[in-house]
This record gives sequence, C-alpha cells and structure tokens, in this order.
Amino acid sequence: MLHIVNKSHRQTSSLASCLRLAQDGHALLLIEDGVYAATTAGAASAGLAEALARLKVYVLRPDLEARGVAAALAEGVTAVDYTGFVDLVAEHTNNQTWL
Amino acid sequence: MKKFMFVNRKAPYGTIYALESLEVVLIAATFDQDVSLVFLDDGVYELAKGQDTQGIGIKNHSKTYRALDGYDVEKLYVERESMQARGLSEDDLIVDVEVLSSAEMAALMAEQDVVLSF
Repeated sequence: MLHIVNKSHRQTSSLASCLRLAQDGHALLLIEDGVYAATTAGAASAGLAEALARLKVYVLRPDLEARGVAAALAEGVTAVDYTGFVDLVAEHTNNQTWL
Repeated sequence: MKKFMFVNRKAPYGTIYALESLEVVLIAATFDQDVSLVFLDDGVYELAKGQDTQGIGIKNHSKTYRALDGYDVEKLYVERESMQARGLSEDDLIVDVEVLSSAEMAALMAEQDVVLSF
C-alpha cells in the first residue's frame, strides 16, 4: 500500500496516525505541507527515522522547492517528481490519503 | 490609531491562510493603523528564503513580505522557539525580523487592541 500525507506533522495528527497504522514494507509519499516532515529538522520531530527503518519514504520535489526547503532534505528520503508520483500510484495495488 | 496584530501560524501553500493574511495586512496598512505581523509555529515557514513555486503552479507570494515596508509595515516578529524547532535561523528568512522569546511574544500580544489569527 502507498500512504499519502499532505499535512504538516506539526499542524495535524495525519502523519502520526499514518505511521501508527502503516505496515512494514509499505510506501509513504509526503506531498504539499507534508514535505516539512522530510526536512532534517522536521524528520526529527515527526519520528521519521523510525519510519525509514520499515517504510520506503518518498517526497514530492516540486512541493519541497515551492517551500524553499529542498536543500534540507533528510537522509534516506527519496525525492520524486510528478511522473514519479504517478509511477508510485501505479506500482502499488492500493493507496490511502491521510487528510 | 489602533494596534492591529496579525498572527500567522500556517505554512505558505498548503492552505490559503498565508496569502489571505497578507491581503488583509495590506488593507489594514492603507487605513494607517499600527500593524504588527507575528510568525509562530508553521507560520515561520512563510518567511523561508528560496521558495520556488514554478513546479506547483502557484504564485510565489513570499516576495510580497519584502514589499511590506513600502506600506509602512515594519513590525515583523518571529518566535524564536518556533524558528529553531524548524531548523531555521534569521539568515534563512526573506526579510529582517525581530526574534522574540515566547514570553516577549506573549507580552506583545497582550498589549494589542485587535488580534487577527491566520
């Protein structure tokens, strides 16, 4: 399953709920305000290190760039473009968006 | 003249709040009021340097903060705790701001006539 999170982890509990319920081996794609969790300072407060150990974590690069935080990308997170987003949706049998 | 404070607590593009706040700030400024802008929590991200919105097809409104002093809006405050928690320093911000502690921020808020929250 592909999990998609579009909210800041400091503003809502969407990412925390996603991480609590995502199973090992699942994929997580951070988009829109969700990308702040993929920055070095964000990853620490979002518990992303633990997630990286058991999930494949992706982030949408245009959303990082829009917010001026592309240079602060946390280690272990894979940045994708819109084509990569489509590929991820196509590769996984199902997906869930955590609004 | 009344003291108006605009409290910005949202990241720039995920919601419309940041842009709407800017619009209302500019309106307040034309009415010659004492306007302060405060950036707390994810609102600090509104001031991050190097925003490039080409890829998401949304107007980059971060440059508007630089135009604020042209409207005599010169009181911009950032809470230190919020900024540091996000790995940012004053050098990472697009405009000059005054960095305040939570206690200083609280005191500033308490002395306002009107506080508008975004």
